Amino acid sequence: MAGVGQLHLGTPFLPSASIRGRSSGGGGSRRLTTRIQAKIREIFMPALSSTMTEGKIVSWVRAEGDKLSKGESVVVVESDKADMDVETFYDGYLAAIMVEEGDVAAVGSAIALLAETEDEIPLAKSQASSSSSPAASPRAAETPVPPSPSETAPEAVSSPPPSPKSSQAAVSSTHPASESGRRIVATPYAKKLAKDLKVELGSVAGSGPMGRIVAKDVEAAAAVAAAAAPVSSVPPKSISDSAAVKAPASPAIQLGTVVPFTTMQGAVSKNMVESLSVPTFRVGYTITTDALDSLYKKIKSKGVTMTALLAKATALALTKHPVVNSSCRDGKSFTYNSSINIAVAVAIDGGLITPVLQDADKVDIYSLSRKWKELVDKARAKQLQPHEYNNGTFTLSNLGMFGVDRFDAILPPGTGAIMAVGASQPSVVATKDGRIGVKSQMQVNVTADHRVIYGADLAAFLQTLAKIIEDPKELTL
Amino acid sequence: MQASLSLSLSLPPAAPRSDPAPTVFRPSALRFCGLRREALGLRPLRPAGSTWVFPSPARTPSRKTVAAVSGNGSPSKGFDYDLVIIGAGVGGHGAALHAVEKGLKTAIIEGDIVGGTCVNRGCVPSKALLAVSGRMRELQNEHHLKALGLQVSSPGYDRQGVADHANNLASKIRNNLTNSLKALGVDILTGVGTIAGTQKVKYGKVGFPDTEITAKDIIIATGSVPFVPNGIEVDGKTVFTSDHALKLEWVPEWIAIVGSGYIGLEFSDVYSALGSEVTFVEALDQLMPGFDPEIGKLAQRVLINPRKIDYHTGVFAKKITPAKDGKPVLIELIDAKTKEPKDTLEVDAALIATGRAPFTKGLGLENINIVTQRGFVPVNERMQVIDASGNLIPHLYCIGDANGKMMLAHAASAQGISVVEQIGGRDNVLNHLSIPAACFTHPEISMVGMTEPQAREKAQQEGFEVSVAKTSFKANTKALAENEGEGLAKLIYRPDTGEILGVHILGMHAADLIHEASNAIALGTRVQDIKFAVHAHPTLSEVLDELFKSAKVFECISGVHSMRNCA
Repeated sequence: MAGVGQLHLGTPFLPSASIRGRSSGGGGSRRLTTRIQAKIREIFMPALSSTMTEGKIVSWVRAEGDKLSKGESVVVVESDKADMDVETFYDGYLAAIMVEEGDVAAVGSAIALLAETEDEIPLAKSQASSSSSPAASPRAAETPVPPSPSETAPEAVSSPPPSPKSSQAAVSSTHPASESGRRIVATPYAKKLAKDLKVELGSVAGSGPMGRIVAKDVEAAAAVAAAAAPVSSVPPKSISDSAAVKAPASPAIQLGTVVPFTTMQGAVSKNMVESLSVPTFRVGYTITTDALDSLYKKIKSKGVTMTALLAKATALALTKHPVVNSSCRDGKSFTYNSSINIAVAVAIDGGLITPVLQDADKVDIYSLSRKWKELVDKARAKQLQPHEYNNGTFTLSNLGMFGVDRFDAILPPGTGAIMAVGASQPSVVATKDGRIGVKSQMQVNVTADHRVIYGADLAAFLQTLAKIIEDPKELTL
Repeated sequence: MQASLSLSLSLPPAAPRSDPAPTVFRPSALRFCGLRREALGLRPLRPAGSTWVFPSPARTPSRKTVAAVSGNGSPSKGFDYDLVIIGAGVGGHGAALHAVEKGLKTAIIEGDIVGGTCVNRGCVPSKALLAVSGRMRELQNEHHLKALGLQVSSPGYDRQGVADHANNLASKIRNNLTNSLKALGVDILTGVGTIAGTQKVKYGKVGFPDTEITAKDIIIATGSVPFVPNGIEVDGKTVFTSDHALKLEWVPEWIAIVGSGYIGLEFSDVYSALGSEVTFVEALDQLMPGFDPEIGKLAQRVLINPRKIDYHTGVFAKKITPAKDGKPVLIELIDAKTKEPKDTLEVDAALIATGRAPFTKGLGLENINIVTQRGFVPVNERMQVIDASGNLIPHLYCIGDANGKMMLAHAASAQGISVVEQIGGRDNVLNHLSIPAACFTHPEISMVGMTEPQAREKAQQEGFEVSVAKTSFKANTKALAENEGEGLAKLIYRPDTGEILGVHILGMHAADLIHEASNAIALGTRVQDIKFAVHAHPTLSEVLDELFKSAKVFECISGVHSMRNCA
């Protein structure tokens, strides 16, 4: 990619003064600036006005493979002032278009390649594909191959609530009228976003009416893809006893700089703002963990992790309080989710991801632990599939490993509740029989959607959870 | 129809003319004009010496005064009325007003409500919805607001409030129209009108036209209804036409709009501003097929691509089933050419905007040997009705959507005025190429005359040259002050004579800007003359100023005198 500096170096025939001189005219056409590179010339985004820093390709007047003669219009560029036809300076063949219509390129960056002879077109094409322009967005495949129904069906977002009116409220990734998932039903905006964010619609689970893919599904998928990307460069670390990867060590950050959001940060930001529309409240509880700690010590050698134990305990408590596992999406009704899928927040470099332990109430603790390890490994390898991160029904967030004793979590939109887990610490406690003793205790704090989950629901749920954790024999059953 | 500017909004309709000489009015009328102004205080002052006098559209002037002005004259011998108009839409209204002005005893028959499609189910209520959508768009455009230094937090809307605004506007305009007719003494006859024979009309309840009246001349102005192709089941709730959509009973999350003409485009503007996602279904290969291709392309860039809108072109909606039993609206698409099944859409609602069909059934046209063409009443360039054997039927005219010449409210009104002129013995042929059209999206689109391909085709046949000039809103100070630089004005003209063939505008307030061009075409003003007209600075009208100035007419570049010679 050629920078602005190279534009001037490479194009001595187009003095910048002439650009400025003509820029006020508003009409007329501009000449393309090209740089000789073997016999294949790069066509640059020209500076159409003195204030122009980037230009949008309105339309390509000529197509790839067309023969061009000097002075012919090739492309229409939109600057900050007007649309202008841009002409070529050389005879040749338009070999490869590198920036598609509607995309934006910086002034001086290559937007196409011009081959001098027809024979050089293939060479130019390969050159274009190797030096991919940042603005050129590969078009999303028009008919992405969706996962086969057998794969998606059991892992659908959620299934009908245990109410008689099941067909209406069903939310599943397979659209009822989409021929069991063979056809993708996505709204216009979802399709646009998928193209912009380079998300394969076939791999996105729809959460909209009748299972259609809506914009936020695509955003969520993009967020995960973006999150997975930086993880791969982090050397694998042992995560045996903590869900969260260590907070990213502060890299060399240039102070005073303004950094635009990454796609993932943008998606998180949007989600967080969206969360403000949900009326939440919080209930806290202190749970004694001596029994859990000793259980953990006993079965740690079998690969059981604390995350799995907490997820299992939570899932078991949820089986007794289905309302805490419900979710309200439209503000008019709520869904009793049929599966208990525990999402666990994991901090990663530059973001956050929530792999999901599906059916955590049914899967035994050993399998659950293995599953967890697999999910974390997959997240690092950028292989996490949408159904592995976007169908949680209840979220766990644990900052205990940092010594945090209590905190407060924001409820992810579309779910009913999230539990913030603090560190288990030895505390001096007075027992009922009037003695003073030391016990390990942790504080948990649940944030819930008060439209569907009320204070007494949470209190009862926490009481059940405390009972399970304080007498954890159920966990290993 | 949807897109048309209603001339009936208490605005004086301009009389169409084929000859460039100004229409001469009785000088005595001027006096009354002043009197009326004094008495009512409702109308803006007209400059003294103005040769234009219009019937008063005022709401409640005393009958007496009005009778003194013009009155609904006494009929010709042997007839109940001089003129009977069937249909009180904008076309019939415009004709009635002008007829009274010309001293004709006039009656208007209306079987539904005064105002017709435009006022009740078309341009008027849709403008109310579009006014809302324009504001919503501004308030939602954070980038734009920020550039202006404005801060607005979470704009929202109340659907019922928006719907009420549209409904209130329609009833207000309807009342204005009714009152203006009553004030002038036009007889409003309620019932369905039927042609009973030459110069004879019956009216009454449907199927019982029990009252017969005679009229020296008859105008059919029955308008049109939304056209719904076969295979589409309209339930009025999830599958509906513009008639239902204008009531805005709900805002679907995802709506398919079948047809991407004016009506579809305007509704896409409304729905997308109110939060819906839109899918267009267009039978032709291009969206917005009626527009100048360049304008259409820009419109797609400005009005479609950046919005939550996608589209399927080159496809017919073969079958549309309303939502029921928890299933969405199903739209079966077939290839427009091969008729092969193409795709199935599942959406929350479908708006059928495939055009409008003439409403001419039950008019008794068979009584006088008229065969309609796809429902349209065949007419000549003077709106005189042609019978099955190709002969003109004396004393019978058809205007507006019912003749299908140009389905716009103001075109109907202009045709009506043209007919009244002829009845009064002044031959008049309306120049349809001077009738502007507008689409009230944000930004607006407007046009008059020919598109570039039409002009080039004509040029090839007749052997003249065509030139095109363009200006951008990006260079206009006022547009930039508004931060609305998106837009284009395009002039198609003859470089040899300077004749204006067409003007197309996409940009802020384009619908209001087009009239300088349409008036120029109507009056035969040439580019080399109009370019010397002065425009206030800074205004959007300078976009046209610059457009005219950038046109190059042969041999006519130096001085006013040589230009006269040139023309």
